Amino acid sequence: MKKLEIIIRPFKLDEVKLALTDLDIKGMTVTEVKGFGRQRGHKEVYRGAEYQVDFMPKVKIEVVVEDALVKPVLDSVSKAARTGKVGDGKIFILPVDDVYRIRTGEMGSEAI
Amino acid sequence: MNAADTAFILVCAALVMFMTPGLALFYGGLVRSKNVLSTIMHSFMLLGVATLVWVVAGYSLSFGTDHGSLIGGLEYLFLDGVGVEPGPAPTIPHALFMIFQCMFAVITPALISGAFAERIKFSAMVVFSIFWILLVYAPMCHWVWGGGWMAQLGALDFAGGAVVHMSSAAAALAATQVLGRRRGYGKMAFVPHNLPMTVLGAGILWFGWFGFNAGSALAANGSAVMAFVTTHIAAASAAVSWVVVEWFHSGKPTTLGAASGAVAGLVAITPAAGFVSPMAACVIGLIGGVICFGGILLKNIFKYDDALDVVGIHGVGGTWGALATGIWASEAYGGVNGLLHGAPGQLWIQFVSVVATWLFCYLVSLFLFKGIDLVIGLRVDSEAEQAGLDVSEHNETAYTG
Repeated sequence: MKKLEIIIRPFKLDEVKLALTDLDIKGMTVTEVKGFGRQRGHKEVYRGAEYQVDFMPKVKIEVVVEDALVKPVLDSVSKAARTGKVGDGKIFILPVDDVYRIRTGEMGSEAI
Repeated sequence: MNAADTAFILVCAALVMFMTPGLALFYGGLVRSKNVLSTIMHSFMLLGVATLVWVVAGYSLSFGTDHGSLIGGLEYLFLDGVGVEPGPAPTIPHALFMIFQCMFAVITPALISGAFAERIKFSAMVVFSIFWILLVYAPMCHWVWGGGWMAQLGALDFAGGAVVHMSSAAAALAATQVLGRRRGYGKMAFVPHNLPMTVLGAGILWFGWFGFNAGSALAANGSAVMAFVTTHIAAASAAVSWVVVEWFHSGKPTTLGAASGAVAGLVAITPAAGFVSPMAACVIGLIGGVICFGGILLKNIFKYDDALDVVGIHGVGGTWGALATGIWASEAYGGVNGLLHGAPGQLWIQFVSVVATWLFCYLVSLFLFKGIDLVIGLRVDSEAEQAGLDVSEHNETAYTG
């Protein structure tokens, strides 16, 4: 099992959610986050003084999927979230040891 | 006594009063959210403090009988003898003239607060303002409008280019030098926390300025009408020219630029308002917007922390307006002739008044700030500055929930 941390532009959230649910992914956790990558954020100018604003608002989606589903998720998320401009986001792929469902006590694939 | 004049100046006094809460919004939006209340307080509290100083002694020192062309007498202390009989303006009650002038004495020290925002102790601000009204504002007011030496010299200042704008900017410059820069200045972004508030404040200032300038005619007459017209044209022109210049300079036209430009135009036309033609006002505004945009860039060069650009806008704009009065003033509009109407001497008189105003106001303000710093301390400590003055000075937070 893998956990995917998908960081995208906020306005792409609905499209990415649809793409994930189309893959039969049943649950996800969404967080509003701020951050920057290599290109940094944007410039703001107040009375001629320039300020670099590094932290841009982004949305982070966390999902846990079977290994076989990782590639399809990467494909359809990148299709849904891509604009081609700087700042489209990243997907971090992390190993997951196990999953436990609080209500039933199930473990592993059953609990995803 | 004239009922129309009285009614008009009553309304103008109310308009000028409204400028101070307008200024509070203008400045309040420009600071970080942790300092918005303290910044608003700097202006709003002066409606109380400055009024008391004015009625106790400030008015008398400004408009009492002249002593040596330098200061007014003491006969009007506690408003003794300031009643409903006309004076010093021929057609309105003395008390009305006094309260109209009071509104100027309120907003002028409030203007200075833009320089020391986000780091001064409230107590120091209040003490400074009390002494500043008595030692700087009242003499300036007397020199220009109370029959002092600048008036005798023939210096023109219709509504307060020297008395209000240059004087407050000179004090602002002194403040930046004694107080030093805010923590983190130049290292982190000090971004305005609420620009809509600032634009609303600028709108209120523009509105109130009609009372400020037109009311300075002290009667409901042609001079007041022309001052109203020139005021509006200059503000409009400067808003446009500022935005155009910054569009070229920084790549985008900004809301703050439009608001700042309007204020710059209002400042620039203030000394000239009742003395120049509408088209001269247009040129004064257009140039005013450009040079005040240059003025705000000065602090990047000289590295002083004039937090809200009092020097760049009121100092540069007021100086430009005073000189422009010497260039465009015309007998046909109620003043005397300036450079372009065949009297270059007026420009020289204006220049002398500009230099004297800057020197006097800067030096006395510097002395005052240093004195207060020695006795009670000017600046909050680092921890209080970090936490924000709203909590550390007033036990309040502007935005919760």
